[in-house]
Amino acid sequence: MKMMRMINLVRGSVMKIHGLSRASRCLAAEGGVRGLSSSSGPRVCIVGGGPAGFYTAQQLLKARQDAAVDVYERLPVPFGLVRFGVAPDHPEVKNVINTFTQTAQHERCSFHGNVNVGKDVTIDELRQAYHAVVLSYGAEGNRSMGIPGEDLPGVFSAKDFVGWYNGLPSNKELRPDLSCETAVILGQGNVALDVARILLAPVEMLKETDITQNALKALAGSKVRRVLIVGRRGPLQIACTIKELREMVNLPNSRADMLPADFEGIAEALKDLPRPRKRLTELMMKAAKEGGDDKAEKCWGFRFFRSPVEVIAGADGKRATGIRLALNKLEGSGESARAEVTGQMEDVDCGLIISSIGYKSIPIDPAVPFDPRRAIVPNEMGRVQDTAGLYCSGWVKRGPTGVIATTMNDSFDTARVLIQDMEAGKLDLSVNKPGAQAITALLQTRGVRTVLFSQWEKINAEEEKRGKFLGKPREKLLDVDEMLKIAWS
Amino acid sequence: MAASAAVRSAVSLTQRFVRVSPDCSICPLYRLNACTGATDGFTAPSRRLRTSIGVCQSGDSSSPEEEERVVNVVYIDRCGQRIPVQARAGENALHLAHKHGVDLEGACEASLACSTCHVYVSSEHYEKLPEPEEREDDMLDMAPMLQENSRLGCQIVLTPELDGMELTLPKVTRNFYVDGHVPKPH
Repeated sequence: MKMMRMINLVRGSVMKIHGLSRASRCLAAEGGVRGLSSSSGPRVCIVGGGPAGFYTAQQLLKARQDAAVDVYERLPVPFGLVRFGVAPDHPEVKNVINTFTQTAQHERCSFHGNVNVGKDVTIDELRQAYHAVVLSYGAEGNRSMGIPGEDLPGVFSAKDFVGWYNGLPSNKELRPDLSCETAVILGQGNVALDVARILLAPVEMLKETDITQNALKALAGSKVRRVLIVGRRGPLQIACTIKELREMVNLPNSRADMLPADFEGIAEALKDLPRPRKRLTELMMKAAKEGGDDKAEKCWGFRFFRSPVEVIAGADGKRATGIRLALNKLEGSGESARAEVTGQMEDVDCGLIISSIGYKSIPIDPAVPFDPRRAIVPNEMGRVQDTAGLYCSGWVKRGPTGVIATTMNDSFDTARVLIQDMEAGKLDLSVNKPGAQAITALLQTRGVRTVLFSQWEKINAEEEKRGKFLGKPREKLLDVDEMLKIAWS
Repeated sequence: MAASAAVRSAVSLTQRFVRVSPDCSICPLYRLNACTGATDGFTAPSRRLRTSIGVCQSGDSSSPEEEERVVNVVYIDRCGQRIPVQARAGENALHLAHKHGVDLEGACEASLACSTCHVYVSSEHYEKLPEPEEREDDMLDMAPMLQENSRLGCQIVLTPELDGMELTLPKVTRNFYVDGHVPKPH
């Protein structure tokens, strides 16, 4: 036994030396080359460096002391929607970054940013280099309303609007025009409420967050004073959660403006509701009834039973000046209630329309099965359909709903399934797989250089430094080239 | 036998909600430096008699005050495994779990911005916890498989009257049986 261990140790160090010299040819001056020793353990590749990716990695590393996990991310920076989705005024939700950082810094984990899986490297190439590949790339697209006028200036997806104020590089040129009085948001989930809150929050509060400077300036000059948050169904079907509703109710210098007619019959239904729905509905009814300070300069409100049918353009036809809404009636009750058309319409004047009806995953590689109707990778408990060794976790697996805790549980599920498959012999672990070494070398032949976690930390330090100067936790870099320059400096 | 009887006689029985400080100085085990701290023999009577006895902690040359601040907690993890730990009064249940390697996540690091430290509290101890503040209830509303005895671990501060409390981690996955059996897809 001891002899075997000694032999393995020697073998390990010899491989390490080989590996290091090969690596030093490939990776030049970059630091942080980990996991190069001959690992007879499983090597797993995770595609996507957001919560799903990191939580899956965390569980795998914990469950198998011999597992090595590599996380690939398209952007130079990690953390996905924790960085680009969570609202700037919700910094505590971002504390989870500390957990992810610990995972990334684990000796058996390595992060590779600036890698576009599907374009720079294919899923099949990853499957050759690893024992298992986990797709955790989330939902980068959005559901469109599918109505005329949707592409007019003044109409944005919530995904893009949120990306704009959160510094997502591809949204930095959004430049939404905030010179109108009324904004209409379609959708009533937490993202819709985040957008409403950011539109109406006092600038004094926003300026101490990590919201981008250009968004802050735009909001400081904003004329938006009234935000309507529109949903197809009724108060009992609203998708937001109570924390976000409470934040709207407590917004300084604003009052709630709702239609009593929308709440008919709701009070009677309260007693039969499960606790979360009951508390949420009670708060909503209280807000609807009490309204708030009449002298408040800003107002917000839900509008129920309304679906968008057309964006109305101004006289010049060049931008949105209103939205036509169809009035619905509800068939059935509870979560499965359906909105049915009545034929009645209503026009609302507004200069800013934000569609917040859901994010959407897209297929990134033709080799991976994709269900276009549900916009997810078809899977059974995280095992991708008909594809051994391929797994998925997070929104690309389940659809784009839920909070970080939901994704956490889901990622843990996928990790467990993967571990079970390893232990049941469904993955051939007897074959040695080269892992990141091979992929990084391959990428280099294609002119793609990766960003290691220690290099992200340089970007991080720069953002924090710039933020300090402005009295903010960080000032995010908006330009990928600038990020890369700093990472590789 | 006789020793534990002696300990029991040294402790006064009380009503449910009143704290009791045992006088360890008169306990023969303590005086003989033979007190071994938490054992089943000590914790079982405290549950049955509904007292809140702080158990002597071995190795501590301490005043009765420090000893009464020890709180025994049992975590029951997602596989059903029981993990008994000793805490000091004032610790919070999330940090305690991390200290002892219990698999309780705390994504937002105890700032009432997530529900990942959701636990079920043993019913007789649930009553003894102070009411949750509104923000905790808001977060709990988002936790899957919410029950009457649900609380967020990061908001549970240990006190001697919580001695013997059991915190069960919810089995949040619906895909697996307790013994790891995985149902075949159909």
